[in-house]
Amino acid sequence: MNHIQQSAFDLVAGLKAGQFSAEEVADSFVRQIERHDTAIGSFLRFDGQQALQQSRTLDGSENKRDGLAGIPIAIKDVICVRDQVTSCSSRMLESFLSPYDATVVEKLRQSKAVMLGKTNMDEFAMGSSTENSAFQPTRNPWNPSHVPGGSSGGAATCVAARMAPLSLGSDTGGSVRQPAAFCGVTGLKPTYGRISRYGLVAFASSLDQIGILAHDARDTALLLNHCVGHDPRDSTSASVAGEDYLAGLGNSLEGLKIGLPREYFNEGLNPEISASLDQARATFEQRGVQFVEISLPMTSYGVATYYLVASCEASGNLARYDGAHYGLRKTLPAENRDRSENELLRMYRQTRSQGFGPEVKRRIMLGTYALSSGYYDAYYLKALKSRRLIQDELKQAFQQVDLILGPTTPTPAYKTGEKSANPLDMYLGDIYTVIANLAGIPAISFPAGFSAEGLPIGLQLQGPAFSESRLLQATHAFQSQTDWHQQDPQMTPAGDPS
Amino acid sequence: MKKDTYQMIVGLEVHVQLQTESKLFCGCRTTFGSSPNTQTCPICTGMPGTLPVLNRKALELSIKTGLAMNCEISRFSKWDRKNYFYPDLPKGYQISQFDLPICGPGWIAISDPKERFASKNIRLIRAHLEEDAGKSVHDEVAGSADTRIDLNRTGTPLLEIVSEPDIRSPLEARAYLTELKLMLEYLGVSDCNMQEGSLRVDANVNLHIEDEDSTVATPIVEIKNLNSFRAVERALEFESDRQWQQWQREGITLEQGAKTTRGWNDAEQKTTIQREKEDSADYRYFPDPDLVPVTISEEQVNTIRSSMNELPAALRNRLCKKHGLSDYDAEVIVNQGREFAEYFQSVADLSGSGKLAANWMQQGVLGYLKEKELAISSFPVSATRLGTLVRKIQDGELDNSRGKDVFEKLLQTDLEVEAIMKELGIEAVDDSALEAICQDLLAANPQVVEAYRGGKPQAIGPLIGQAKKKNPNANPGKVREILIGLIDG
Repeated sequence: MNHIQQSAFDLVAGLKAGQFSAEEVADSFVRQIERHDTAIGSFLRFDGQQALQQSRTLDGSENKRDGLAGIPIAIKDVICVRDQVTSCSSRMLESFLSPYDATVVEKLRQSKAVMLGKTNMDEFAMGSSTENSAFQPTRNPWNPSHVPGGSSGGAATCVAARMAPLSLGSDTGGSVRQPAAFCGVTGLKPTYGRISRYGLVAFASSLDQIGILAHDARDTALLLNHCVGHDPRDSTSASVAGEDYLAGLGNSLEGLKIGLPREYFNEGLNPEISASLDQARATFEQRGVQFVEISLPMTSYGVATYYLVASCEASGNLARYDGAHYGLRKTLPAENRDRSENELLRMYRQTRSQGFGPEVKRRIMLGTYALSSGYYDAYYLKALKSRRLIQDELKQAFQQVDLILGPTTPTPAYKTGEKSANPLDMYLGDIYTVIANLAGIPAISFPAGFSAEGLPIGLQLQGPAFSESRLLQATHAFQSQTDWHQQDPQMTPAGDPS
Repeated sequence: MKKDTYQMIVGLEVHVQLQTESKLFCGCRTTFGSSPNTQTCPICTGMPGTLPVLNRKALELSIKTGLAMNCEISRFSKWDRKNYFYPDLPKGYQISQFDLPICGPGWIAISDPKERFASKNIRLIRAHLEEDAGKSVHDEVAGSADTRIDLNRTGTPLLEIVSEPDIRSPLEARAYLTELKLMLEYLGVSDCNMQEGSLRVDANVNLHIEDEDSTVATPIVEIKNLNSFRAVERALEFESDRQWQQWQREGITLEQGAKTTRGWNDAEQKTTIQREKEDSADYRYFPDPDLVPVTISEEQVNTIRSSMNELPAALRNRLCKKHGLSDYDAEVIVNQGREFAEYFQSVADLSGSGKLAANWMQQGVLGYLKEKELAISSFPVSATRLGTLVRKIQDGELDNSRGKDVFEKLLQTDLEVEAIMKELGIEAVDDSALEAICQDLLAANPQVVEAYRGGKPQAIGPLIGQAKKKNPNANPGKVREILIGLIDG
């Protein structure tokens, strides 16, 4: 029996009931990866034997009915797994072995989930297309000439291509939700601090949050249950207790008020996405949801604010990659050395020049510039003020409405190479997603249609802090009425005659 | 221009390692001298994905120190990243405090019992908490130019105490540092071991020169590598002289010149240039998003205040009042440290004479400790035994010289004072026996009687010595009394 079409929720039920074994489940996904990942490129490192071995051990143990026992999970390569490479898709950490487990990985181990491998991403999570990986491209399973989105491109594609039922990504400005939208899967960015950041390699600490990619809201809730909780190792982790997100999933939406921000509908929004939004509105209305037009004028400052805050923090967070302690170290062959250059500076310069890709360098330079004396007030401080106004504006909006609905992205997935020459154009694609990170609120992207070209369209629901339950309930209700989330891409395995 | 027309202006920055069990942002130990890189973990070595968590004890010790230094304690404080690249700084930034330090303005009072300078308050600008860097060890044994990094010290809590430029002489600098160090030791917040780097001093110094009818300032020099208080004094002396010479030669003022950094060379007893022009180092401080700001409640401050040990200044005052000590005696005793002062108080209470106890502490105890290079904690005589001895001297059962004999035995044996006195044959002499001795002596020395009556009272001195020869237990005061009584009688 092939288990790849089953939801994680059903897999848990089947495993608990003894209908099939963990090894059978692992075997299905391992074979799917072996068949398709050469073409898709979701995984940077994948160990099928290890996954099968772990499942076999589990089948023979007392733990086989634990929380996520036997459920395969893919981990974005920005999350540390003990004694394994955590490269962040960067040359800098190509051979870096993490000496510890991230808190979320510890939790998954306790739940007895089966880790399949580490997924590809934009280098240090900087990018929206996974084209910034130092190692390999990742292709959109719906159309290999299009990007999968990013930075969690590998995490989204492995779920879309049914190579993993669940995967963990990270979302700093949309890195879970945007690839989820591009690949036709469900992607949740929880409230800032909801899932511990300990062991998540930092890009922008005040924005980073581990997120979940799955086929639907129910599977998302299932995995979320096993990831949340206060972590004494992360001072910014929320002290609010986690909930059982599965429990209220079927709750009625009767009386729910959803806001539609006027500013989300401008000439930049693709008409097909706009049409999907109208359709979704009708679906929600059938479930008793009331829609209210709202105004979020600060939206237009989101991208500028985000790229300042994120780059400033990144410039500090990535300073540790200097060749002195771990990771890549480069210097020059003796004959090419400028004798006047200090040896230490040369090592720093060569290591960082050769270790980082162009997008990472661009952001480090941008952040370094914006924090420099004389520019701090005009850029960083101003961005903090703008961030505060964005937060205040959303706080006010949530006094009026329960959730906010809008597009996840202005367009469906673009072609590989289409935007890589124009970073600013690519940054503008984050207009709808960065707000949730700046405000620290949860947001979910869910499949809501297809473009004429056959590319998935995603819509986003945002809610106030710690409203994950409500976001999942609304998404679940939508998914009970629609089947967009159940569509599968037609894939041609590498080597198969086409 | 005469040399005495300038004034030295000094401000000190003191880094104090706080005595916590674990580091500022992780659980690693802070023991000095462990094998390189054995007190490290993924957090303090800046591994990808790790996060700092504040050590509450370090915060508490900082507040305690701030209170002792009369500082305003911030109700709201936060953490900032100071960005710079150096191999002993594994994260590429130091977590420090930029604009909202835990301790705001305060002051430390200094005075000199010898009155070489007038008592004054040295104002403090601030004291902030930060993490220490690691150590770069330059490996010259191997002959190569290898630099090895030891990260054991990385992340150790440091309190940086910054004074206003209120110090006007090397003597004042020393007094300030002595008082600060003593305060930290009394509070138990640091071991202040300068050899181990628990207390590190940088000095900022320039001169204010009376030029015609205006005052001009010379460029500020920061002196680093000051490894002892003596080095601070010597460096300030050297530097003020050097700046004076340079001013006379070049006439460059504070406004015209840049701040420079010089290092103190202890072997050559001079400062040498380290950085010619202060590179306008831009540390790009910004709030650390990995840490939450610190809020400090009034209640928390009060709890810490009530748990504080008595401070040196208060103790000196109390010793003067309660035990009648002079300012000088109180200074000497208190400045030996808390244990020494506690020892003294026990001796003073037992003996009933603070003044006598103070003399014994300074001559007997301190003399012995200095000779043997011991701390009071290793002194062989308990406060009870010494207190008993001083009591007997105070009561006249022993004279000072017999007291010294007993003291020597106390050092060498475990015997109690009474047992030693017995062994040495010290016992109270009957008044009639003494009178008999005195009568004999007067009879044998009529010239003394004559001289005394002739207005030379010091003439009976030699008879007191002779009385002690006849009976070693004869109390000199008592003998004098009897002799005078017999002559006058």
